[in-house]
Amino acid sequence: MKKIAELKIGEALEDVQLNPVSRLDLIKYAGASGDYNPIHTIDEEAKKAGLPGIIAHGMWTMGNLSKLFTSYYEEGFIQDYSIRFKGMVFLNDVITLKATLEEKMGNQLRFNVLAVNQKGNEVLKGEVLFKTFTGTDITHIF
Amino acid sequence: MLEEHIGKYSNKVKNTVERGAVKKFAEAIGDPHPIYLDEETGKKSRYKNNIAPPTFPRVFDYGVIEGLKLPSKGLIHGEQTFHYERPLLVGEEILCYSKVENYYEKKGKHGELGFLVVKSFGEDPSGQIIFTSKQTVIITEAVRKEMIV
Repeated sequence: MKKIAELKIGEALEDVQLNPVSRLDLIKYAGASGDYNPIHTIDEEAKKAGLPGIIAHGMWTMGNLSKLFTSYYEEGFIQDYSIRFKGMVFLNDVITLKATLEEKMGNQLRFNVLAVNQKGNEVLKGEVLFKTFTGTDITHIF
Repeated sequence: MLEEHIGKYSNKVKNTVERGAVKKFAEAIGDPHPIYLDEETGKKSRYKNNIAPPTFPRVFDYGVIEGLKLPSKGLIHGEQTFHYERPLLVGEEILCYSKVENYYEKKGKHGELGFLVVKSFGEDPSGQIIFTSKQTVIITEAVRKEMIV
């Protein structure tokens, strides 16, 4: 695996394509997060809310997206993570997660991050500021 | 209509970054990485511990903002940010609370929308801020009408 600090501007982390969204995914996320809003798990409730069917929690998709960065934990951590929820994610949608390096500022790497569905529509968009450790940081923070 | 709550804080609540909760959460976002789950990997890492995924603070209890009553249905999550001084460590205690940062209304395609911005804080036991987060919730006109009744 290439070091995250060695990426050049415009380079991307490897895309991740998720399995089609299943009801079990959303039930699990509801249980793990404590967000039991029934529009994410119960068809009738979603329909009552004017939706064609249940939709994923925005935070489920946002949570999934952060995994693009997880394996770089020895180099640094996500300092800032900001997301705008742009579109709904439905059952069986196939979501692809992307991150492209936009800017380097000292030990901070700014990535544009994105989740798109199988039609190419953006469902979530934002930024990750990844902070890499410098020699002194390590002992300073931990 | 929610303007009166701007600036209000919740009470502080002690939360623990529980190992089991981190495991369940990491699995639910499809990221069961050893840095979250495996004790050995945590010990050998620079953190000397397992850490929690960046969106894990969703799990915490942030107390109650007095007088702020939101419906359990019909809210739309518009935006979300997290800011970290360092990753959360499995096992540590975090004091959590929230504040109504802002509320404003804007005309949209589907009538007037309300935007409620809630900022949340997580402090270590010495009072040092470890993370903050900001959630923008969109409240549609239909939902607001029900709230008034």
